[in-house]
Amino acid sequence: MALQKLIYDGSFEGLLNAIFIVYQEQLDDAEILEERFYEPDFFAEAQQVYTDDTKATRVWEGLRKFPQFSASVYRSFLTELPDKEIYILDAVRYVLKTKNDKDYGQPSVLKLAQLTKQVGREKHRMEAFVRFKRTKDDLYVALIEPDFNVLPLIAKHFKSRYADQQFLIFDQKRSYGIFYDLERVEFVTLDFDDQQLKEALHQEEKHYDKMWQDYFVSTGIKNRINKKLHLQHVPKRYWKYLNEKNPL
Amino acid sequence: MNFERIREKLNILADAAKYDVSCSSSGSKRSNTGKGLGDSSGMGICHSYTEDGRCISLLKILLTNHCIFDCAYCVSRKSNDIKRAGFKIQEVVDLTINFYRRNYIEGLFLSSGIFSSPDYTMERLIAVAKKLRLEENFNGYIHLKSIPGCSDELMREAGLYADRLSINIEIPTVSGLKLLAPEKDHKDFIKPMEKVKNEILQFKADRKVSRKTPVYAPAGQSTQMIVGATGESDKDIMYSAVHYYSTYNMKRVYYSGYVPVLQDERLPALGTEVPMLRENRLYQTDWLLRFYGFDVREILNKEYPNLDVDIDPKLSWALRNMHLFPVDVNTADKRMLARIPGLGMKSMYKILNARKYRKLNWEHLKTIGVALNRARYFMICDSKTWEKRDLEPHRIKSLILQSSQSKYQKMYNDQLRLF
Repeated sequence: MALQKLIYDGSFEGLLNAIFIVYQEQLDDAEILEERFYEPDFFAEAQQVYTDDTKATRVWEGLRKFPQFSASVYRSFLTELPDKEIYILDAVRYVLKTKNDKDYGQPSVLKLAQLTKQVGREKHRMEAFVRFKRTKDDLYVALIEPDFNVLPLIAKHFKSRYADQQFLIFDQKRSYGIFYDLERVEFVTLDFDDQQLKEALHQEEKHYDKMWQDYFVSTGIKNRINKKLHLQHVPKRYWKYLNEKNPL
Repeated sequence: MNFERIREKLNILADAAKYDVSCSSSGSKRSNTGKGLGDSSGMGICHSYTEDGRCISLLKILLTNHCIFDCAYCVSRKSNDIKRAGFKIQEVVDLTINFYRRNYIEGLFLSSGIFSSPDYTMERLIAVAKKLRLEENFNGYIHLKSIPGCSDELMREAGLYADRLSINIEIPTVSGLKLLAPEKDHKDFIKPMEKVKNEILQFKADRKVSRKTPVYAPAGQSTQMIVGATGESDKDIMYSAVHYYSTYNMKRVYYSGYVPVLQDERLPALGTEVPMLRENRLYQTDWLLRFYGFDVREILNKEYPNLDVDIDPKLSWALRNMHLFPVDVNTADKRMLARIPGLGMKSMYKILNARKYRKLNWEHLKTIGVALNRARYFMICDSKTWEKRDLEPHRIKSLILQSSQSKYQKMYNDQLRLF
């Protein structure tokens, strides 16, 4: 049988639906890919996957029997890499068939574990590198551009930490954010304007901004300077939104 | 609020506090209940890194750098001619809260020079923590310094508000302390440690009876030793570290390479290089003791009072114990796996999981992340190729050094040239 291409909408539910079809139609030679990466190709049959929540739930329930593995399927999905589905499908097939969810000798299972680690690192970096600025109406706003789509993963952390503080963390790369209104965290999409934010800032903001930069300098020890190590921990691509590196 | 004045104080008092290396913000269990501010139930977070590559996790400041003592190694010593300043309690509280709300920090690390008396100083430190907890409903991380010579009652109170308490022993030997800090008594350091240890045990026991028992210093206590100020050997340092770990249930012992800040004939001259490589080797040893199941006497003893600088302590131990190798990764127990140079704890657990399903070969080990350039001389796996030459330890060492480019190479070349 010819190679089957399953095209889905880019949502996690869509991916689960595609996996459902692979099993339902017993496709041995299938490739799942996101709409945005699809280019029609003469030798393969393409099939559009329609997202259906009940089917997605069924697949998810099945994967949930392997808690650590299912989490790594989700996290690998958040990498947004064009070929992530190849590893995900292969690992899912292997794990469901053999029940060996921790067999790091199997290439796809190991690959997913590695991707999961990368996403975990990015999540942790965002928990560290988010810098809030206070606005006049007491909203704390932070802008980020993470390598992977980690906003869904960090919401819980910020909610339990800043339970008494309204905040907005906005992903400029993906044009959406999470907003906490003292009750719950919601996903929001909006047009963001840097200039507007600057004008809306609370008057004390510049003082704390300055003090943090001062602190950053005075807490370093000159006799021990090690720029290479510094860069390893704080790669340049994150500097744009770190106020110790990029003042107001 | 006078921001300019606060800024000035912050510059002075952060500068004086930076030689305290502990910046850990993990290990606490204080979760945010009742819509307060902050949560320190998770892992620690480094919010930034200084240009020397150390983690910035806490707002690390002194309450004041006025001090009645004259310890030779300390930048805030009485006889040093520097700018002095002191924070008001409310100022520290405001700074902490405002930095925390902006996600700059995980919490506060508050230390102080000793003014008027140890008890008076300790009371002020506690007042800051108490205000943060009770008035600001702050659940972030608080690390307080225990002031040498302060009373047991105050140590008891401090632990109710702080996540971690620490007192720096600074000089690993009693004789060294006599030389550099003649006014301080070794016993003054030990007493608060002892008290904190006992309180932690007591509160833990009480908690088993009643869940309502408050937490007491949930992230435990730690201490710090200066390395390279008094000519002590690595053995001196690690043996006293082991003593503090076992006698006072220390969570951590930190090693801080001496940074020459003052001209004093008892100390290394100004401009002496900070012994960063040695510090690193000490930390590696510390890890081997705490996580890898090594006993300190295996690594440091009468014959080997100092660690090798050019290779890591595990490799150097293995080279002295070639009769225990090679180890078969497919059958060896956890203890022996952990002793293979180039194989860390994470790889070890991956191996333990993966070998249930198949015999592992070099390819598997490489993808798992084992540093084969070191490990290959000490293990066999499911493969017909392994190191078959009967190599002498010094030959293995030079093969490994040739095949690797240590990031410290420049440093140990420099340091070796001294001899």
